Amino acid sequence: MSGSYIPLLVLFGVSIVNAIGMGIASHILNPRRPTPVKEMPYESGMIPLGDTRQRFSVKFYVVAISFIVFDLETVFLIPWAVNLQSLGWGVFGAVSLFVLLLALGLVYEWRKGGLEWE
Amino acid sequence: MDSLIYFVLASVTVGGALGVVFGRSPIASLLFMIASLGSTAGIYVMLEAHFLAAIQIIVYAGAIMVLFLFVIMLLNLGHDYKRDIRGGLAILFAFGVTGGIGGLLASRVMPEGTLLLNSYPTGVSIDTEIAEKGIIGVIAEPLFNEYIVAFEFTGVLLFVAIVGALALAKRSD
Amino acid sequence: MGSSHIIGIEDGTAYFLVTSAKIAVMFGVVMITVAYTTLAERRVSAFIQDRLGPNRVGPMGLLQPIADGLKNLLKEETLPASASRLYFLLGPMLAMIPALVTFAVIPFAAPLPTPWGVVPMVIADVPIGVLYILALSSLGVYGVVIAGWASNNKYAFLGGLRASAQMISYEVGLGLSLIAVLMLAGNVTLTEIVSRQQQLGIWFALPLSLGFILFLICAFAETNRLPFDMPEAESELITGFHTEYSAMKFSMFFIAEYAHMLTASALMATLFFGGWDLPGTWDDMYMFQGQLISGFGANGAPIAATLTVWKSLATFLGFALKTGFFLFLYIWIRWTLPRFRYDQVMELGWKVIIPISLGYTMVLAATMLTLYEAGVEYGFTFGLVLSVVSGLCTLGFVFLLDKGGTIGGAASGKKVTFEQEIL
Repeated sequence: MSGSYIPLLVLFGVSIVNAIGMGIASHILNPRRPTPVKEMPYESGMIPLGDTRQRFSVKFYVVAISFIVFDLETVFLIPWAVNLQSLGWGVFGAVSLFVLLLALGLVYEWRKGGLEWE
Repeated sequence: MDSLIYFVLASVTVGGALGVVFGRSPIASLLFMIASLGSTAGIYVMLEAHFLAAIQIIVYAGAIMVLFLFVIMLLNLGHDYKRDIRGGLAILFAFGVTGGIGGLLASRVMPEGTLLLNSYPTGVSIDTEIAEKGIIGVIAEPLFNEYIVAFEFTGVLLFVAIVGALALAKRSD
Repeated sequence: MGSSHIIGIEDGTAYFLVTSAKIAVMFGVVMITVAYTTLAERRVSAFIQDRLGPNRVGPMGLLQPIADGLKNLLKEETLPASASRLYFLLGPMLAMIPALVTFAVIPFAAPLPTPWGVVPMVIADVPIGVLYILALSSLGVYGVVIAGWASNNKYAFLGGLRASAQMISYEVGLGLSLIAVLMLAGNVTLTEIVSRQQQLGIWFALPLSLGFILFLICAFAETNRLPFDMPEAESELITGFHTEYSAMKFSMFFIAEYAHMLTASALMATLFFGGWDLPGTWDDMYMFQGQLISGFGANGAPIAATLTVWKSLATFLGFALKTGFFLFLYIWIRWTLPRFRYDQVMELGWKVIIPISLGYTMVLAATMLTLYEAGVEYGFTFGLVLSVVSGLCTLGFVFLLDKGGTIGGAASGKKVTFEQEIL
């Protein structure tokens, strides 16, 4: 069964070679005449001030955690969805409870303002 | 052919893991870790654990590593002018803890002189099981019957995770 | 007519040759389609805006993509002095590789009969099908973030961050809207999903109408296309994460974006519009106990499918047309709708798409279980009942969105300062 993955492996190889090849081809072919102005970050003609890599809003962190939680939920729902018929009503109740819990989590986050991008 | 692919995947896994430890910047470590997780998924496929392989990529490489990436950027690590990863005692301590966990695992593999693996279903029975129920069915049946309580507790755990994350994030406002 | 044996891995050389040929052809077709979609985008946008568009290179401008490619290959590349060289190079590669390999699991035509055996018209019919696509689309984030971070440019960094937050938000919606398809198909491989649509007699777009709409929205957001092109909102962020990229590296991001569009279009065609299936039952063929059959006779006995080359060609054409339509839809929407504000995008994702897809999933599951309980066979009636339920859900969804209470919008009177706007 895992034999059906071999074409994927080959395709991965082809894509990686293609990506690296594109990089190398343009590296060989294109001219390079760097000037100090050319090497400056492009910020619409303004002289860049300060360091780029500043700390950013904690918002992104909340989004990432919520993403993990709901991604996991999706993953847990997949086996249930595929075997919906054979698992029947009993498991439907259990999954409803599971979904309800996470919906509650979403509501809590909503009420607490975790979803506001003010 | 199989063993060739296995050795390629295994060496990427181990090489990636080494890269995580010896990587110069946190971003490099992160990318090495993704490579390592990816090739572990490949090994899972060779073991006919297709669903697990998919989950490995979706959850670990695609979700948890994104959080790591955000945390690295949130803490403003990964700049060129300063090494972020401290050496010395911290590394020794980390190796000690990981070694301890590894040792515990190893002691579980052979508890009474016999390989614990031998008591688990072997390749042939896994194959028949998959042919009978499909690759998702073999996960779904036990998950929603035997382990249904654990499944519900996972829901509670995820709920707590949301509450915890909000409590941490909102405190800094 | 050749033998009805399906060429598989155990055939050794024949399998190897067939697979290599399929990979080579598919890779070529994807690259050419991507190149010509860029031309189509420019021509269609010109048509929509009542101008001519590129028509100078070759007849009707048909050689324009080649000229663009050559130009990008020979153009000078800039590398900001403050950028991290290695990651700057790695960014476009990380973006392009997942985009190019996703297409491999999508079946693009009915199995092709050859004198040596039947060739399945899919590169890798992996048992995890849909999950493979979900997995790869979750890896698309890294190219964007790494590129934005490595550029060491404030706009690029912000673009990369925004892109990643948006992509992960809509990935949840994408996964949840797929649950509906998995429930109805009862399988995760794409060939099986196509055959289940043939068995149902209705393409999934009707019984799962709300699922399709949610999937469409999420697919647009995942590919970062208008109205969700936050990462490169020109008026705010120059061009976002690829501000510092030029020449071939820029091309690679471009190829990645269009390859994602192509895959998403093909996926919509496969999951909701029957894949290569054409209306009517004359082209139906699916696996039943290891045999390709076209349906069941009156006495319940399976009827063996007759495979012909022209059937494969016709179904391929059908698949290409469906995919082409969705590609056109991408372009059409891009040049019709204005861009969302960033907070609107996030709110739509978390406050609308996720709760609604969760509720919809449960409603569908209950309906299906009731139908199974009532002894309704998987078939036309089954699909019809689901279509009605989904239609009602869709109506409710449209009504909810129309009220303007959830997404806000310009008229909601919410004050947004400039600083919050760019974050």
